[in-house]
Amino acid sequence: MLYIKCPYCGFRAQKEFSYGGDATVKRPNINEEVSSEDWDNFVYMRKSPRGKHIELWQHIAGCRQWIKVQRDTATHEIFQTAKVTEEIR
Amino acid sequence: MSQPFRLNKEGLINRNKKISFTFNGKKLFGYEGDTIASALIANGIHLVGRSFKYHRPRGFFGAGVEEPNAKLQVEFNGHSEPNVNATEMELVEGLSATSQNCWPSVNFDIGAINNFLKMFFPAGFYYKTFMWPKSFWYKIYEPFIRKAAGLGVASIEKDKERYEHKFEYCDLLVTGSGPSGLASAYAAAKNGAKVILAEDKPRFGGTLLTDDVSIDNLSGKDWAEKIITELKSMPNVTVKNRSQVFGYYDHNMLVMFERVSDHLEKKSKFTPRQRLWYIRAKETILSTGSIERPIVFGNNDTPGIFLSAAAKEYMKVYGVLVGKKPLIFTNNDSAYETALEFKKNNVEPIILDTREELSSELIDEAKSKGIDIRFSHGVIVANGYKKVKSAKIGKLNKDKNSFEKIETVDCDCICVSGFWTPSVHLASQSGNKLKYEERIDAFIPDKKKQHETSVGAANGSFTLEESLKNGFENGSNLSAKITDTKTEIAIPNVNEKKYGAHDKFWCMPLPKNENPKRFVDFQNDVSVSDIEIALREGYRSIEHVKRYTTLGMATDQGRTSNLNGLQLVSNIENKIVPEVGHTTFRPPFTPITIGTIVGREVGMEYMPTRKTPMHEWHEKNNAVFVDAGAWKRPRYYKQGNETLFEASKREAKNVRENVGICDVTTLGKIDIKGPDAAEFLNRVYTNAWMKLPVGKARYGLMLREDGIVMDDGTTTRISENHYHMTTTTAQAANVLSHLEYYLQIVWPELNVNVVSTTEQWAGAAIAGPKSRDMLSKLYPDLDVSNDSLPFMGYKEADFFGVPSRIFRISFSGELAYEINVKSDHGMFMWEKMMEVGKEFGNQPYGTEALSTLRIEMGHVAGPELDGRTIPSDVSLNGLVSKKKDFIGKNSLGREAFNVESRQKIVGLIPIDRKSSIPEGSHIVQDQNAKLPNPKLGHVSSSCWSVENNNPFSLAIMKDGKNMIGKKFFAVSPLKNKSIEVEVISSHYVDPEGKRVRS
Ligand SMILES: [Zn+2]
Repeated sequence: MLYIKCPYCGFRAQKEFSYGGDATVKRPNINEEVSSEDWDNFVYMRKSPRGKHIELWQHIAGCRQWIKVQRDTATHEIFQTAKVTEEIR
Repeated sequence: MSQPFRLNKEGLINRNKKISFTFNGKKLFGYEGDTIASALIANGIHLVGRSFKYHRPRGFFGAGVEEPNAKLQVEFNGHSEPNVNATEMELVEGLSATSQNCWPSVNFDIGAINNFLKMFFPAGFYYKTFMWPKSFWYKIYEPFIRKAAGLGVASIEKDKERYEHKFEYCDLLVTGSGPSGLASAYAAAKNGAKVILAEDKPRFGGTLLTDDVSIDNLSGKDWAEKIITELKSMPNVTVKNRSQVFGYYDHNMLVMFERVSDHLEKKSKFTPRQRLWYIRAKETILSTGSIERPIVFGNNDTPGIFLSAAAKEYMKVYGVLVGKKPLIFTNNDSAYETALEFKKNNVEPIILDTREELSSELIDEAKSKGIDIRFSHGVIVANGYKKVKSAKIGKLNKDKNSFEKIETVDCDCICVSGFWTPSVHLASQSGNKLKYEERIDAFIPDKKKQHETSVGAANGSFTLEESLKNGFENGSNLSAKITDTKTEIAIPNVNEKKYGAHDKFWCMPLPKNENPKRFVDFQNDVSVSDIEIALREGYRSIEHVKRYTTLGMATDQGRTSNLNGLQLVSNIENKIVPEVGHTTFRPPFTPITIGTIVGREVGMEYMPTRKTPMHEWHEKNNAVFVDAGAWKRPRYYKQGNETLFEASKREAKNVRENVGICDVTTLGKIDIKGPDAAEFLNRVYTNAWMKLPVGKARYGLMLREDGIVMDDGTTTRISENHYHMTTTTAQAANVLSHLEYYLQIVWPELNVNVVSTTEQWAGAAIAGPKSRDMLSKLYPDLDVSNDSLPFMGYKEADFFGVPSRIFRISFSGELAYEINVKSDHGMFMWEKMMEVGKEFGNQPYGTEALSTLRIEMGHVAGPELDGRTIPSDVSLNGLVSKKKDFIGKNSLGREAFNVESRQKIVGLIPIDRKSSIPEGSHIVQDQNAKLPNPKLGHVSSSCWSVENNNPFSLAIMKDGKNMIGKKFFAVSPLKNKSIEVEVISSHYVDPEGKRVRS
């Protein structure tokens, strides 16, 4: 079971979180024209890297904040966590 | 009752407390502190089971977790447990143990015929023989194998015991209380670290209890006791015996299995039997010690053959002799301690040492005590069937591949030592790549992977001095980094015997023309020849050899066999062991009970139960409940002998004719506040929200980004910047997360807050033509007329002294209202409604009637919004704005969503107007068509229309709207039904929606 540092609450067990997918995908702006290719990429296309990956988790049984987690998908090592408004290099 | 093999004084057992137990029906005695094994050996009983494949007689081999043979069916404290390790299970009054895997008895086992047919059971036998014909598998092969492979029998009774889970955090977890573990825990505790020390056995101290050593002029045992006593007195230390750390998982989480009360004769009702600990440790000390490995020789599985250290442990811990005429067979010095212990107890051992004559402290001591030592000697084959009677021994030639002299000596036990294997399972589970250490012919942990530090014998340090130093240093350094405190501790003076070098010798050759079985893996009956066959047949990877021969795959995970198996493979393959590699270690280290894994999550505690504030009323009024997620909802209220069908029909009919009330507390409720709330709703819902006035509700539809309908519900504008959203019961949690996602990540610029208020409000729907009359009685001072409170209107009003919210919304399609009061007042509201509603014929209705009402109205719900439908599929395209952008809008333009023949919602009625159409039925043109019969759609919801008094269903069907008026078949292979149906509009009742506005 992973041990995830919520930027608001501190280290908590994985049990308290729910996984939210790739954090690097950006939704096209609302009320702006978007090509169907860009839209399809946003809705469907995801990289599934082996290794470092920035993903979203929600601290569902805690502060309910969505957070960013940089994790190695192969070893589960977590390098960094951040608020969604912060950048992870 | 005498115990002929019990010594007079030795041991740590409590001789003042006799314990009676039975073995295979025979009544026996032992002492408090005995294991089943030590008590049986004290009584001279060695034959305890039959082997897995050949049903050969088997006895005890070890004295702890390493035991491969002595797995018993044990009944105690009212339950029956299979595969109990007799060397670990403590004796408890009234316990009854029986042998497994034998029939009719352990002394006469019919399956032993396999032993004489062993040429037919080589490695891979099952794979080769039972492959074909396929039809034989279920009827003949499988039952045969199951019977032959029978381990113990699991109880079919309900487990009445209590099991617990516990979550714990610590700075340092120490796994094992031998010298290095005690030292680590002590040093860390002195630095102020939060320490957990776990010991698998009942007694702390590990090898200190059995080794002839002294520390600071105390015996090993006394020193251990002193340290443990001090540790127990420290508030920052938790000391646990009977607790095995069996798994090392991600992010330094370890799992421990505590045997809380199996050894107790009496316990309180609330004492759990076993407890599972999830321990998140900052640092972990792995002081799991080492396990002695045997030397392989002929018939080495005969009862009476022990690991040498086990024989010593039986003497020193339990005061029990494993035999009175021992042969000690060794390639190293440690077995000499066993020989000296025998000698001390006036038993004359013979030592067979595979090494050429040499000198060391221990050897010299044995010589000086007059012990018969034979160098360059080994056991070729043990004689005796159910117990060792003698052994054929041989003097090895220089190359140790043949014999210079062979003779037979009498003996009643053989204590064998092939040197020591560090217990590296936890290190390996942590992800540590092990490395082969030539010096000890075994694997030890390599570079750290997580926060694991192996110390002492587990790290290949086999001297006490080194182990203690190792422990103190690592315990101190690791904890100092956490606590920023470093307390100097003097490393104690140690007195131990120096060992000579061990012999790299692990398998006795066989004399010409002799071919007794030489077992490598006792528990799975894998012999030297099985491994040879696997290699001859081309298996090369050690993982493949393991699976083909089943070497190391039994419940003991090859603790005494893995390395010997590896040596054998590497010898035959002419490789060195590190090239062959080792197989993977997996948790749990030893078998643990399913009950412990499950913990308290059984029965009612399996998941939380959510009850509405009106639950008790429902219960008292014969509600039959249905699970809606964690909620309990009344499905129907049973009157007399009514069936579900009759009751739901009555309830639904009453709503259509009079008035009914329904508990709708379970609907998801979300409070939305902020100046941008309207803009937010406008983006979340498909329809327009900017112009909803205060005091009005609106039906809303939300999509996922891929255009699929996510949820629907009404949202009401309570005040300028305050909205009350409702969701379906099932989607409540998902919708909240969905809203939070957009507010926190996608549009953080919107000034909006959302919070779940599902539990804060109790809700009741009042539905039916007489609902307004009833409402006016509930609110005598309020104008409830159609003009004042129209469809989709909202009012706040006093409900008999309680603040309430009135929403004029309808799911049933009737004139209807929903009243919300604070949860605390839910019961009051409900009872008041029942009282006031009497004169209007009010009756409560459950979810079954609710479904009937919505289905015949053509209102969609979960079965239609099944994660595959877009708004136009379910006739909700009227709610999709063409003017504004919203979540999922761009996806609605996708080509596949806009083809003419796309699935659409329709209604179905049976041609005979009688046959109910099973939900999930497939719609086909021709019920007799050849398979696969083209499927045109499926039936999503079915009911008995109370309005038209015949069955009615909703279906999602290809090109649906153009099919109206046509006839098809609804086929349910599951129910074995085929019903001819006609396609009609999905709005079967009141298609213009007049009633809700009336
Ligand atoms: Zn948090």
